[in-house]
This record gives sequence, C-alpha cells and structure tokens, in this order.
Amino acid sequence: MDAKSFEPKIIGFLCRWCSYPGADLAGTSRLKYPPNVVPIRVMCSGRVDPSFVMKALADGADGVLIAGCHPPADCHYQSGNIKAMRRYPLLIKLLEQFGIEKERVRLEWISASESGKFAQVIREMTETIRSLGPLNWPTRR
Amino acid sequence: MTSKPKVAFYWCASCGGCEETVVDLNEDILKVVAAVDIVLWPVALDFKRRDIEALSDGEIAVSFINGAVRLSEQEEWVKLLRQKSQLIVAFGSCAHLGGIPSLGNTANRELIFQRKYMTVPTADNSAKTFPCVSTLVDGHELDLPSFYDTVKTLDQTIDVDYYLPGCPPPTSLVGEAVRAILEGKLPERGAVLAPNKSQCDTCPLNETKPEKLAIREFKRVATSAPDPKTCFLAQGYICLGPATRSGCGERCIRGNMPCRGCFGPMDGVLDQGAKALSAIASIIDSNDPEEINRIINTIEDPLGTFYRFSLAGSLLRGSRVVETKRGG
Repeated sequence: MDAKSFEPKIIGFLCRWCSYPGADLAGTSRLKYPPNVVPIRVMCSGRVDPSFVMKALADGADGVLIAGCHPPADCHYQSGNIKAMRRYPLLIKLLEQFGIEKERVRLEWISASESGKFAQVIREMTETIRSLGPLNWPTRR
Repeated sequence: MTSKPKVAFYWCASCGGCEETVVDLNEDILKVVAAVDIVLWPVALDFKRRDIEALSDGEIAVSFINGAVRLSEQEEWVKLLRQKSQLIVAFGSCAHLGGIPSLGNTANRELIFQRKYMTVPTADNSAKTFPCVSTLVDGHELDLPSFYDTVKTLDQTIDVDYYLPGCPPPTSLVGEAVRAILEGKLPERGAVLAPNKSQCDTCPLNETKPEKLAIREFKRVATSAPDPKTCFLAQGYICLGPATRSGCGERCIRGNMPCRGCFGPMDGVLDQGAKALSAIASIIDSNDPEEINRIINTIEDPLGTFYRFSLAGSLLRGSRVVETKRGG
C-alpha cells in the first residue's frame, strides 16, 4: 500500500463527560475533519486500560487516541483523568520497546465545548500516522 | 499389559525446572508411578519417538508439556502428543504464557544468531559458523531442527486442555492436578489449575500495605535491599502481585523478592503486562506530567519487568524488530 492510498484507522476512546460530547459538538457544528477515527465512548479516560490500546493495535488499528476531561479538576470521577495521565507515559515507553512509534498513541484533554480542538487533533493524528504508514501488527506470527 | 492410565511428560524450550518439580513430589511420586504408566519422560527415562508413534490415537490419558515452542522439533513433538493424548496440560510458565524464553520475541532469529554466535564477547567464530537446518559432513547429510523467528506458547501451537502456572508450578498444585485427573474431578476445559485470586489477596505482607499506595521513586532489588517485612509496593519496589494469580505459596515474597508474575494473570485478563502497568502507574504519587515522567524514567525496562513471563502470551506477542530495522 503506498502512502497516498493508505487511510489510517484510528480508534478514539472518548470519555462520556467531556471528549465524547466535544466530538458530538464537532458534528453538530458541521466541523470538517478526516473520517479516520472510530469513536468508542467510555465512561472515563481512567477506564481506558492499557490492554484496550494494545488490543486495538494488535487487531488492526494504526493509531489510538485517548481523550478525557482536563486535569486537574474537570473529571466527573475526580481523579480518573489523573490515572490516565500517569499511565500514558509508561504505556508509551513500553510501546516503544515493542517497536511502536509513540506518535501512534496520543492522550488529549478535550472538554465538551472544545469541538475545534477535537477536529484539530484528529486532523493532526491522521496526517502524522499517514506519514508513518500502516502498523500492520503481525497477529499471527 | 497394565490397564493403568498412560501419562507422558515432555519438555520444549525450558530450563528443566519444571522437571525438578515433578521429582520434588518426593515420596508422592511413588504413588503417581503406582497409579499410572509413564510412557514418555525424556529427562528421566529412555523413550523414542517411534514408541509414541506406535500408540493409538488418544491412548495417552494425559500429557504434561512444559516449555515454550521455539524449534520445529518441539512443534512436531507436541502435535504428535496432541494426537495421542486425551488431555494436554500446559505445565509451567513457558508452556502457559511463553515464560522467560519468550523474551526472545523482542528480537528475531537473525538478531539472536548474530548476538549468540558473533558479537557476544565470549564468541570466537571467525569461520562464521551458524546453525543450519541441514549440513553435509563427509557426504552425509545431517539435520538440525529449525529455529523459529518467534517463540510461541503451547496453546498457540496445539489445543490445550488445562494450564498449570508457575516457574515452576509448586508441587502442591501438581499433586492436586494429578489427583483431579485420576479421580476425574476436573474443572471446565481451558481452566488454569490454580486459585483465581490475586497475589496481594494471599500475600503475607498484605497487612502492611497502606490504605493508599503512593510511589515517588521506583527502586530496584539489584541496587538496594527491600525490608522483608513491609509491602514491596509501599517501599517503591515494583511487585506484580496486583496483576498476578495466587497459588504459588508466595515463595518469592517470603524470600524477599517482589512478585515477578510467573503465575500469569487471573481469569478473563487478556494481557498481564498491561494490567500490571496500569496498576503500577496509577499509584505514582504526582499529578504533574513532568514529575510523572521523571518518576517513570526510574523504571529501567518496562517490557522486561511487566512481561517477564508472559510476552508470547500477551496481546502484542513480541516486538516489531524487522520493520523498525528496515524503517530505521
């Protein structure tokens, strides 16, 4: 597959209280962004277990977005986003040992009103991952 | 001929420690031997492949197979044993989840051979001799099993009926498993024959675990000694207890070594390393991204730490070596 015809598949784990409504607002506001993200609504960015990210990558995703409420205090559950914030850099360090570029997995804070930021993050991620190329994780070695 | 159930033991990519465990049954092994007919046990008794090939399909009641699958010969053997056995028990961490040998999945055959036969300081190989599948010596063709690029768990190679976890599995669990098989009191197929509780649940240091764990710096047993009477996580040592199945008798913890995860995860967990990472990272005592980064950088080798015994059995199974090499 050449770089031009490659369309990245991005799984977006969006928290139910901030980032999912933010993505919703991007839609109702008719903001334009690439159709490469598959949103999955989760209750909290703190609910996104690192194994969700790995399963997505192992099963064919080229990138993963984790998005939640702004720290320190926006989290509906008080500290779920802080848990995500602590796990993310260790997950990235681990994924790099697996040979997975850190740009493929991104953590962003997107509030319910930040539809523009959501669209911008998806635009950036799609282009970054397009230039990295497909992940094509070998599930059957 | 006896009508005793036939039992086989086989080893693949393993260290031999699992065989020790069988021997460690001590006098109890005599009861096992009295109750069953051992038809294969390469470490102790001389049987040949043709002896097993001569059996009819399903004639062996149970085969205990330890070790991961690394070589073509191992794959042939386990497939033969699958055909001849009613039950296959993956015995020990390596057969269960890949174990230590599957850390080799951070490299591939080429890198491993280069290191082992060329660049390791103790290698003197100016003739550049590497193992190959077939060689001609004085007109005779000699064969070696082929060495696969990746290490696989037993159930990535053949269907497995039960799992006995541990490096090695403790004799108590082995004894219980043998008894359950002989008495036909086995749980549902696919079960791990150990309690479905976390290590922390049964840990002797559990009482010293504070209500809220908080780590500001990760310590290593290589450079400092933990206090044997206090929860290792409370002291800042990475202990995989929260993400590891219980049933080992906490042998490491009683030996002042934090849990390294050989029992694998509890039921329903897809990836032990991811769960361990999640648990450990969540207790970092900081809400500041830069400080969190600094604390995380005190963990030397996350992959080797969290996947020490389970890399082949994890979601990602190993590192992407060839692609990154080509790309870089």
